[in-house]
Amino acid sequence: MKVQTSTKALATVAVLSLVTLAGCSSTDAEPSTSTAPTTDAAPQLSGSITVWVDADRAGVLADVASDFTENTGVTVELVEKEFGDIRDDFTTQVPTGQGPDIIVGAHDWLGKLVQNGVVAPIELGDRAGEFQEVAVNAMSYEGNTYGLPYSIENIAMLRNVDLAPEAPESFDDLLATGDALMASGDAEYAFLVGLDPNAADPYHLYPLQASFGSTVFELNEDGTYDPEKLAMGGDAGEAFATALAAWGSAGVLNTNISGDIALEEFRAGKSAFLLTGPWNVPAIKESGINYSIDAIPSAGGSPATPFVGVQGFYVSSQSENRLAANEFLVNYIGTEAVQTALYEVGGRAPALTAAFEAAQSNPDVAAFGAVGAAGVPMPNVPAMDMVWSDWGTAEVAIINGAGDPVELWRTMVASIENSISAG
Amino acid sequence: MAFLAVVDSLALLAMSALLMQGSYVVLGVVLVVTVLVNIIYLRSDLLPAKYLTPGLIFLAIFQIFVVAYSGYIAFTNYGDGHNGSKEQAIGVIETSGRVRVADSPTYPVTILDRDGELAMLITGVDGTASVGTAQQPLQPVSEAIFEGGKAVGVEGARSLAFSDLLARQSELLNLEVPLTDDPGSGALRTPDGTSAYLYDSVMVYDEATDTFTDSRSDTVYFDSGDGAYESADGQRILPGWKINVGLDNFVKAATDTSIRGPLLSVTVWTFVFAFLSVATTFALGLALALLFNDERMRGRKVYRVLVILPYAFPGFLSGLVWMGMLNQDYGFVNQVIFGGAEIPWLTDPWIARFSVLFVNLWLGFPYMFLITTGALQAIPTDILEAGRVDGASPWQVFRRLKLPLLMVSVAPVLIAAFAFNFNNFNVIYMLTGGGPRDISAGVDAGATDLLITLVYKVAFGSGTGRDYGLASAFAIIIFVIVAVISALSFRRTKVLEEIH
Repeated sequence: MKVQTSTKALATVAVLSLVTLAGCSSTDAEPSTSTAPTTDAAPQLSGSITVWVDADRAGVLADVASDFTENTGVTVELVEKEFGDIRDDFTTQVPTGQGPDIIVGAHDWLGKLVQNGVVAPIELGDRAGEFQEVAVNAMSYEGNTYGLPYSIENIAMLRNVDLAPEAPESFDDLLATGDALMASGDAEYAFLVGLDPNAADPYHLYPLQASFGSTVFELNEDGTYDPEKLAMGGDAGEAFATALAAWGSAGVLNTNISGDIALEEFRAGKSAFLLTGPWNVPAIKESGINYSIDAIPSAGGSPATPFVGVQGFYVSSQSENRLAANEFLVNYIGTEAVQTALYEVGGRAPALTAAFEAAQSNPDVAAFGAVGAAGVPMPNVPAMDMVWSDWGTAEVAIINGAGDPVELWRTMVASIENSISAG
Repeated sequence: MAFLAVVDSLALLAMSALLMQGSYVVLGVVLVVTVLVNIIYLRSDLLPAKYLTPGLIFLAIFQIFVVAYSGYIAFTNYGDGHNGSKEQAIGVIETSGRVRVADSPTYPVTILDRDGELAMLITGVDGTASVGTAQQPLQPVSEAIFEGGKAVGVEGARSLAFSDLLARQSELLNLEVPLTDDPGSGALRTPDGTSAYLYDSVMVYDEATDTFTDSRSDTVYFDSGDGAYESADGQRILPGWKINVGLDNFVKAATDTSIRGPLLSVTVWTFVFAFLSVATTFALGLALALLFNDERMRGRKVYRVLVILPYAFPGFLSGLVWMGMLNQDYGFVNQVIFGGAEIPWLTDPWIARFSVLFVNLWLGFPYMFLITTGALQAIPTDILEAGRVDGASPWQVFRRLKLPLLMVSVAPVLIAAFAFNFNNFNVIYMLTGGGPRDISAGVDAGATDLLITLVYKVAFGSGTGRDYGLASAFAIIIFVIVAVISALSFRRTKVLEEIH
């Protein structure tokens, strides 16, 4: 008898719970199926697009999204993700058919994204002329444009005006000024740039390399990189390698000084020069240092052109709602109002020329923009990851005097060329 | 029993969601498991099963499934360049193989619905209107309705608004209207329903022969059997797709010289690191446990708390803090403890290995201290007294009485600690990132790399692109090594049980 009662009680509780939960689940399911038109097998929401953004830009996109929904009736679902996770998560999820429709991303992801077949070309049409040319070039690969750019950024030489009242003409002048300051006790470092003990920082050191005439890949006629032809070797590259070794042994470059340490020392007034980008300017402003944003002085005679980084939005190749996604990008995010709003949130110069020119009223943006005007986009070819890795390791070895700089540079060039032809 | 009801209702919820999604395999698994769980808990016997079931379910999900899936991936070439299925790759190659004809204008377009078929109403450069469909090239129409210079409608056909286009977008995006009867003059396509552009199909897919032809150079690309389209002289089109490659990844791991060299040295270091980690942490933990076990020591409670503290911090947090402290020029250790010395803690290969072992010792000895304290207190004191009465010195008491009795209960812990440190990703990756890198090696392997950090670098491509297939093959190899060692070690501990 006891067993029967407890079983009955169990059964009652079970049924009650089942009914309650079943009721909950069915009310959730209603809205999702009602808007789906009768298309193919699994019910897809063709009435909405999913956008992956990082936390900084989510606010601006929320406003644009509600505008878009009002005008077209398509709902926009914003998903916040860590910027560093977006590329790999997107690449893994797209083939399953469950990935997002639009993602925010940097232009140098493009090579990998195309290699994995996860982005679709977008057509800017005549509006392509409304964006900065470097931005559109950066977002293109092998003749197709894949992303809508929204910001451009590059590094420049930040100078502590109180310590060094005049901008140096060349890198040697800069070092001379720095050494004089160290001798008189006003500064502890001649020059600061954030490096890493395992990977140096080829991105920051690139303008100095370019000033010797050594670029990464050769350029095609249309201004894009030819991924088969590495241009880092030769006399130009070896001259740079020798200079690197000299700077390393003189203590000008120190791989133990990380980006954070370099910023802190500059904010404390221990150096007159810091090679960095717009992301550090707010912290420098806050420290009260009187700063000036200058062009990077040449070390080898040619102009020291920095890398330009472009950020934009990509469309998934397996998106079920490409029409709405394209419309959202080209006609909403590509408008001056939104580009300006994104610039105000992120501090990076906008890619749309009209917004870019309006942003020039901010002297910092104008200064970085002037430095970046001659810049080249970072190569977005699929082989770039491999290049960065070998490049960085070689620079660490050269700066730390681990061997003959020319030999090390040649080994690096050979190794990269091997990987490119093998991969 | 109410708990079982909740589990049942959750299972039903999951099953209904899976049914709507169409994932029948997972649905079947959930159904079978739920029925089994119900049987086990509703019957009055099967007591061992009642205790084991939750653990077994988690074991199946988090261990067995994961290992099986890694094993499956190890037999494919999933990674960069081989990311999706063949159909997806063909679709993407076709889409990106369409090049806009140079110097062609933008044509304002209105999409019409003519008897269910989509048609494009184009406003030409000269202001005239033409209509075309997928089968019929552009023909001029005389009576088109214009609005502000753009043709927006034609008699007998319905102009579609944006919301209508959304509903038929896959049809719209695939709509290709030939410009003229000559296929070489290109076709019009529209990406947004308001403007049309003239495209040339550069990459043409032939379904009958499963090849792509590049119409600019007449190169034909065949399915190479390797998960990509390849031409006769080895040029590949991106993207490729994922295929099964059988044992290729394992063969590559064993025979590719650029991988094999680093792999061997990393394996040796992994064994050494795991063994030394266990040995040093056990020695220090045991020493402290013996010390604190002595009644005569004062302030034991305070010391015990201090000793447990390193164990309380998360491993990766401690790794990062130590990395900062061991910085050659700015770290606390060099500046303060060594008074300004510049010891390359993390950049010299052998000193880096010592640093890694030292930090792991710092992180690991509290755990061993706890285990050995408990085990020591479980040793019956009359045996120890008997030993002392028989005239044994303290060292002999330790060596011949305490240690063997200790090992019986602690040996499984040591084996588990060995297996854990064999795969101790956190400490190595946070502290040195794999260590001072060997420039001449083909693979990105450093002086302090363990097998598991090597696998991470191969999988997530900090150098050569992500190669999940090869990384999974490595992971399976690691699994086999650890499983064999653990199995053999456990067999040997049975000998110890006989002592007890």
